[in-house]
Amino acid sequence: MAEKVTLSKKDRLSVAWRSTFLQGSWNYERMQNGGWVFALIPAIKKLYTNKEDQIAALKRHLEFFNTHPYVASPVIGVTLALEEDKANGAPVDDAAIQGVKVGMMGPLAGVGDPVFWYTVRPILGALGASLAMGGSILGPILFFVLWNVIRWAFMWYTQEFGYRVGTKITEDLSGGLLQKVTKGASILGMFVLGALIERWVSINFTPVVSTVQLSDGAYIDWNSLPSGAEGIQTALQQYASGLSLTPEKVTTLQDNLNSLIPGFVPLLLTLLCMWLLKKNVSPIVIIIALFIVGIAGHVVGLL
Amino acid sequence: MSFISVILIVVVAFLAGMEGILDEFQFHQPLVACTLIGLVSGQLVPCVILGGTLQMIALGWANIGAAVAPDAALASIASAIILVMGGQGEAGVDTAIAVAIPLAVAGLFLTMVVRTLSVACVHRMDAAAAKGSFGGVEAWHIIAICMQGLRIAIPAAALLAIPTSTVQGFLESMPAWLTDGMSIGGGMVVAVGYAMVINMMATREVWPFFAIGFCLAAISDLTLIALGAIGLSMALIYLTLSESGGSSSGGGSNTGDPLGDILNDY
Repeated sequence: MAEKVTLSKKDRLSVAWRSTFLQGSWNYERMQNGGWVFALIPAIKKLYTNKEDQIAALKRHLEFFNTHPYVASPVIGVTLALEEDKANGAPVDDAAIQGVKVGMMGPLAGVGDPVFWYTVRPILGALGASLAMGGSILGPILFFVLWNVIRWAFMWYTQEFGYRVGTKITEDLSGGLLQKVTKGASILGMFVLGALIERWVSINFTPVVSTVQLSDGAYIDWNSLPSGAEGIQTALQQYASGLSLTPEKVTTLQDNLNSLIPGFVPLLLTLLCMWLLKKNVSPIVIIIALFIVGIAGHVVGLL
Repeated sequence: MSFISVILIVVVAFLAGMEGILDEFQFHQPLVACTLIGLVSGQLVPCVILGGTLQMIALGWANIGAAVAPDAALASIASAIILVMGGQGEAGVDTAIAVAIPLAVAGLFLTMVVRTLSVACVHRMDAAAAKGSFGGVEAWHIIAICMQGLRIAIPAAALLAIPTSTVQGFLESMPAWLTDGMSIGGGMVVAVGYAMVINMMATREVWPFFAIGFCLAAISDLTLIALGAIGLSMALIYLTLSESGGSSSGGGSNTGDPLGDILNDY
């Protein structure tokens, strides 16, 4: 056996960079296979000099693959370790490599989806969006920078981890770590979702429930204010001390609901959407229906 | 709009289209896509507001497995272009959102078409691999990515080719009851995204945290960052406690965790 071929840090960085394009040729036949082989090409070039071995490796990695795009990184790391062993003469057959890929992609996708799509992105997105809605450019910048720092760090370190640990990674991951990460992410995610529903789902029922004439002294008596700037000052002071602007107290349906539980209607709406989604109603249909409800409700004066 | 702006908008659209499938840098997220359109067209602030508002609606849209979510890329790019061309500034945001939703659906079909076309690319990659041609494999992968980019860039260019006056005429012809109603609908549509996310994550064990989050959010002094910190702390506490509880009861099951019991007794 000649000198041992190993992948340098530069090779591994090149693979990590290319894995950014993992989903580029996502297709209904073998899903991420094209991106997978695209990512591994620098390693294949380095490890196999013989044309036949190269062809075999390319074909081997054009098999079906699909997982969450970021958690593919540890799988890539493990695969690099296996390919390196194989190139150095270890008896690693194609089935073993494919088995590791398929064995890891399912459980890992189960971690990637809740952690990235359901926890990190909604939280950072809501954070950025709440700033952006006030017209602040800081919102988008914060979202973009934080997201990409987290993503790069995660992809690089998990790929390196997979490469170092090799196939033992499956033991490490099944030893409760995966479940812990997933559970922690769902706790955080559910907590934040509860908060987001309260804050950002908006329904406003406009019908007036009651109009009560307020007693004297409970509202600002506009006719008896001093004239000029002094009058404005007095009015503002009275307003700040809790006096009403109008002689009548108007209570809308929304005020009643808010005094019961703030955000109660948004909560009901969300539960309704969940129920509909579970009944396999397409999200698109629900979205369109809600727009129709919004327009119809506005026209009849309910919303 | 200047020639350079038009070119840059198409480039941004291309990036957003690529990202719509790659899901890496997040150029396709409304927050980023609308901001970039605003940046290159010189109407930054209205576009940032549009991006923030659309982002709230799109929070729960994610590609899971083979399923594809409504397409944030086309929705953000096209609605931002319409906002810019309409020339109404911040007042046009509501209308732009109303236009964005049907576009998200249209984009969904476009991406499905491209994903089907990509099957052909992969077959070319097979052929290239059989010949041991690294360049061929790489080229077809890049072609597939570019098709995803064109998916957004072409509709964006088509929109830009429509005379500004036509777009403005169309926007002005929309009656107030329709745009107001649409913006009310937009406030409710946010719930669909959240419902999708909850359906994926909810187990009996984590529902109490949802309730706590919901109640705490009513305290308007708490910023989102503060809420995030509380949530993270609770998750860590819960994991630590359920571990120690699990080891003492030997089973490690849900019944063994003290905090869970406390929450259940609520």
